[in-house]
Amino acid sequence: MRHAVAPAENVENNCFAVTRLLKICTHCERLSKKDLGVRIPRPLVNGPSRFIPEKEILKVSKVDPRTQSIFEDAFAALGRLDNISLVMSFHPQYLESFLRTQHYLLQMDGPLSLHYRHYIGIMAAARHQCSYLVNLHVNYFLQVGGNPKWLNGLDEAPQKLQQLGELNKILAHRPWLLTKEHIERLLKAEEHSWSLAELIHAVVLLTHYHSLASFTFGCGITPEIHCDGGHTFRPPSLSQYCVCDIANGNGHAYHHDDPLGNQEMCGEVEVLMERMKQLQECRDDEEASQEEMATRFEREKTESMLVVTTEDEECVPSRDISRHFEDPSYGYKDFSRRGEHVPTFRVQDYSWEDHGFSLVNRLYPDVGQMLDEKFQMAYNLTYNTMATHKDVDTSMLRRAIWNYIHCMFGIRYDDYDYGEINELLDRSFKIYIKTMVCSPEKTTKRMYESFWRQFQHSEKVHVNLLLMEARMQAELLYALRAITRYMT
Amino acid sequence: MEKMSRVTTALSSSAVSGRTMFCHLDAPANAISVCRDATQVVVAGRNIFKIYALEEEQFVEKLNLRVGRKPSLNFSCADVMWHQMEENLLATAATNGAVVTWNLGKPSRNKQDQLFTEHKRTVNKVCFHPTEVYMLLSGSQDGFMKCFDLRKKESVSTFSGQSESVRDVQFSMKDYFTFAASFENGNVQLWDIRRPDRYERMFTAHTGPVFCCDWHPDDRGWLATGGRDKMVKVWDMTTNRAKEIYCVQTIASVARVKWRPERKFHLATCSMMVDHNIYVWDVRRPFIPFATFEEHKDVTTGIVWRHQHDPHFLLSGSKDSTLYQHMFRDATRPVDKANPEGLCFGLFGDLAFAAKESLISSDANRKPYPGGDRRYPIFFFKKPDPTEQFAHVSSALSVFETDLDSNRMDWFVKTAQLYLLSGKPFAELCDHNAKVAQELKRPQVSTTWTMLRIMFSDPANLTTPGPNHNLSKLGTLPLMNSFSMKEMGSVMGTESRLDRSKGESRQDNILLEPGNPHISNNNEENEETEGSEGQAEYMFGDAELDDDDLYSMEHDNQTEEQEYTLPQEAFQLRHEIMDNPSAPEHLQQDKADSPHVSGNEAEVTCLTPIESFSLISISQPLFSPHLPASFFCPIVREMLSYYAEQGDVQMAVSVLIVLGDRIRKEIDDLTQEHWYMSYIDLLQRFELWNVSNEVIKLSTCSAITCLNQASTTLHINCSNCKRPMSNKGWICDRCHQCASVCAVCHHVVKGLFVWCQGCSHGGHLEHIMNWLKSSAHCPAGCGHLYVTRLW
Repeated sequence: MRHAVAPAENVENNCFAVTRLLKICTHCERLSKKDLGVRIPRPLVNGPSRFIPEKEILKVSKVDPRTQSIFEDAFAALGRLDNISLVMSFHPQYLESFLRTQHYLLQMDGPLSLHYRHYIGIMAAARHQCSYLVNLHVNYFLQVGGNPKWLNGLDEAPQKLQQLGELNKILAHRPWLLTKEHIERLLKAEEHSWSLAELIHAVVLLTHYHSLASFTFGCGITPEIHCDGGHTFRPPSLSQYCVCDIANGNGHAYHHDDPLGNQEMCGEVEVLMERMKQLQECRDDEEASQEEMATRFEREKTESMLVVTTEDEECVPSRDISRHFEDPSYGYKDFSRRGEHVPTFRVQDYSWEDHGFSLVNRLYPDVGQMLDEKFQMAYNLTYNTMATHKDVDTSMLRRAIWNYIHCMFGIRYDDYDYGEINELLDRSFKIYIKTMVCSPEKTTKRMYESFWRQFQHSEKVHVNLLLMEARMQAELLYALRAITRYMT
Repeated sequence: MEKMSRVTTALSSSAVSGRTMFCHLDAPANAISVCRDATQVVVAGRNIFKIYALEEEQFVEKLNLRVGRKPSLNFSCADVMWHQMEENLLATAATNGAVVTWNLGKPSRNKQDQLFTEHKRTVNKVCFHPTEVYMLLSGSQDGFMKCFDLRKKESVSTFSGQSESVRDVQFSMKDYFTFAASFENGNVQLWDIRRPDRYERMFTAHTGPVFCCDWHPDDRGWLATGGRDKMVKVWDMTTNRAKEIYCVQTIASVARVKWRPERKFHLATCSMMVDHNIYVWDVRRPFIPFATFEEHKDVTTGIVWRHQHDPHFLLSGSKDSTLYQHMFRDATRPVDKANPEGLCFGLFGDLAFAAKESLISSDANRKPYPGGDRRYPIFFFKKPDPTEQFAHVSSALSVFETDLDSNRMDWFVKTAQLYLLSGKPFAELCDHNAKVAQELKRPQVSTTWTMLRIMFSDPANLTTPGPNHNLSKLGTLPLMNSFSMKEMGSVMGTESRLDRSKGESRQDNILLEPGNPHISNNNEENEETEGSEGQAEYMFGDAELDDDDLYSMEHDNQTEEQEYTLPQEAFQLRHEIMDNPSAPEHLQQDKADSPHVSGNEAEVTCLTPIESFSLISISQPLFSPHLPASFFCPIVREMLSYYAEQGDVQMAVSVLIVLGDRIRKEIDDLTQEHWYMSYIDLLQRFELWNVSNEVIKLSTCSAITCLNQASTTLHINCSNCKRPMSNKGWICDRCHQCASVCAVCHHVVKGLFVWCQGCSHGGHLEHIMNWLKSSAHCPAGCGHLYVTRLW
């Protein structure tokens, strides 16, 4: 709101003042400073994403009036338009549903107080060392009157929040280990205990921010200008030029960085489409035996373990993120390892539509409905295009991605043939998915570029949305099942 | 109660008999079905597929259909149905999308007959045609329904629901060709089996998935549906548009619904989550279940009436791995436990009481409520319906009015409005509130405020007192302390404990039990207050002259010798103060003729009448002159609890807010929250919205402050086109006009907009207020007359 309430005359004055101070770059319409010796913060990076050229994103948002109005609403609610929304604007329908849910979770009626909500967001994002979300919510947290002391670490936060740390840890990395005992410990802790409604709210927030952290890394979201690491006061080295001239990726070098690879992968889309067609047709002829189906799931599960990310491009978080969580060594461990056997989670026995929804809606009214819409939106979103091809039924591909993610969390669909995954998702794509879902902080630009080379950025963002929602649902299912078990 | 006769005629040879019984299954059940002659039941689930025989006393396992070393997913059943014509034929819906039929007549161990794998997703439901032997219908998650002819290897027709998934399919009992299908998106479709190209009819039955539907066994047009929205609806399908004729609201999403045989208006439901009971409803009485079965420990997944003409036996399977047969006579009847009496207090002390007519009439000659002047007996009658099996109760409602004077709550409203809770220094707040209480003739409350001010005022303002403190009968006082005053003033304060037992009695005074105090100030000017027999007494500490105190009863240094004796007057309960105003009046007189003394250094105590006094002086203070404020906390805490227990939660909360951090830590959060909630509730009942909001704002309990953050959205409609305004406050998206225009100045109102709920005109608060000074009509000229309440 702070930005929104300047009276009209003032704005004009300001504009006037600003234009006197700055000149506008003819290339990218960005302001650059005249030599007046005023310290003006300058964004370190261009555009909302490190992976996607800024022009692409702005192109989308400028054209569509619907996106425009969503942006207006978001701006009115938060006083800013964050980079996440900008990137999501490739898919305005989804963005709308996403923003409504997030706004409801953070601002509207709910059992938790506002600063608790942001703090839980910080905790969840910190688990994945997502400095972008942490910084954003540290600001919100302080704005709603949160105690700055809490930010020194979880030890300084109230006992009640500290207890949530365990749940946060398990949910983020190994949700299948969640049992009703964990829930019981939170609900029966004398004066620090959580109520069921509060717990549901917290769980929804935790899962929301875990998956949003995945999205943030998966799309290479850059820090907001007002946050740490988002700006610098150092003048550009050649002060007469705009940053875009120094070629930070807005155009020239970016597209031609790998001409060989492009040729090599030329037929990728066509191959994928061919396979989808084949699967569609063969399906009825060659019926795999039940045993075969079961082993396919197991194989996919084990194979997902072998997909290991080799690249170690550590990005150092500017704020000391690790102080927001304990036990930093606790990370994703592959679902089925020798030694510990966790029974497979069958969706037919506990599904979001039948069970999860009812539980959430009972304890945190309206949120069940919103999440339901958001999941459906993400799952069913399609433009019937693949790269340059039109009128393609992508449902098979989307289902494969969705189920592959659930498979990594040990969730099985009885009615799905996991052989399809192998056909449709190639290795580099699997690496990307696995990294993004299990340890998003390790996602690199190279990974982002190496899968689905011929696809458009909007399609890659679409994939990211699918990953994010599938992951959120997987975590939610485990958490809600544990709560249901506690209740019965 | 039930008619057995009809049932026995319906049953062929021997009447079914039995008792409530159960058996343990090895695994959770997903669905059950019963064979035609009601002697066997099949239980199906992910890891179980068995047939049990229903015997007189127990279930006996007849057959395990789940064979093979490592059974395939075809055995993992979402649904099962036993054919109602052919007793060897069963069909199951498998979670992997297969539809399987089983022939019990097969000689081999594996009874699997046919396997249809045409569905791509989980099959949610299978249904045999009620009269046709070879016709089977299935509904799947992939959005298709398929009709199979069991003599063929493939489906004969496929019906596309054009929707995400089919949750239930049911053949109509009476119409040969019709079946109903319910969908995840909330729709119900009616199909003709001969026309697979499009549905006959579709309507939206629920918000969210419709999990189940069931045709009425006798009435051809009735279809019951149950959904995730926790409702069971009964639709009349005979009319052109499906008409909702009954609606039952349950407490959890409805997983199954089954009409009860032989009872036209009864149906049984079970839920999918959280609630484990099975309910039988009379759809005409949707508020309370007709009968409840509470045996299961986990959600019930399958229910079926054992025999299609016998309403007394219900079978159920559950996730808790048990199979139950419920006898209707063993069901609990929630109606019997319902309390037919109701009692409610009105805001101004009126009392309404509803009870069974019989109860009231037998009491008719009893004397009415003593305070009440009149009673209005009102009787309700409902025409009894012979088919309803609810006991008929007619109730009488009596309303008692209270005596207007004795129980008035005016003091509460005035106090709430006049108290100051923040915004001024602590001492001033106390003074102000004490004055308010005084004016409302509540001296005890007033005194409490004054005492609080003394106890908790900042000791930095007070300097070291003189050395001499005299106190009388030290040892016998329950609690004593002294405080430091400014140079000249020193007081031997007497703190008496609040006697709770006295709370019930007529006098709830602050007691100084034995003896009388003797006070001397540091000028060695002794002042004595003596109570003689039959007199109560105010004892005041001496203090420096200060003008800001208007009400505390004090005397200053110049008039030390003066004696203040008050006639004995115990304070009455506050309700009776109106009748006995002498004591407060006296106080006011006192105030009038004594010079004003700073309340800071005053302590007021009320003494009980004591017959004799002895004066004892001590020269050393009992406690150190600087008593930390925390010293008083236990007493204040006790006092607050005392007030709260008395029902004066207003006092408790007000003190809590004014004292703030000084006392907060002493009282546990739950109690505080409880007080706040009660007070806010009271305030809201009296429509003191502003005060209640202030209290919420000032409270420090997180549970209370968040009340203000809830429901902060105000939805408004455009005043021109009457459509909801979506985003901006003052311009309507649809008609592009300024919506909230001030009716007086015709400018757009940005900020406080006040409007009439009657005619929806309004404008700037100031303008409307000015307007209403001169006119009683709406400024927009609509002719609406603002009488009493504008907003």
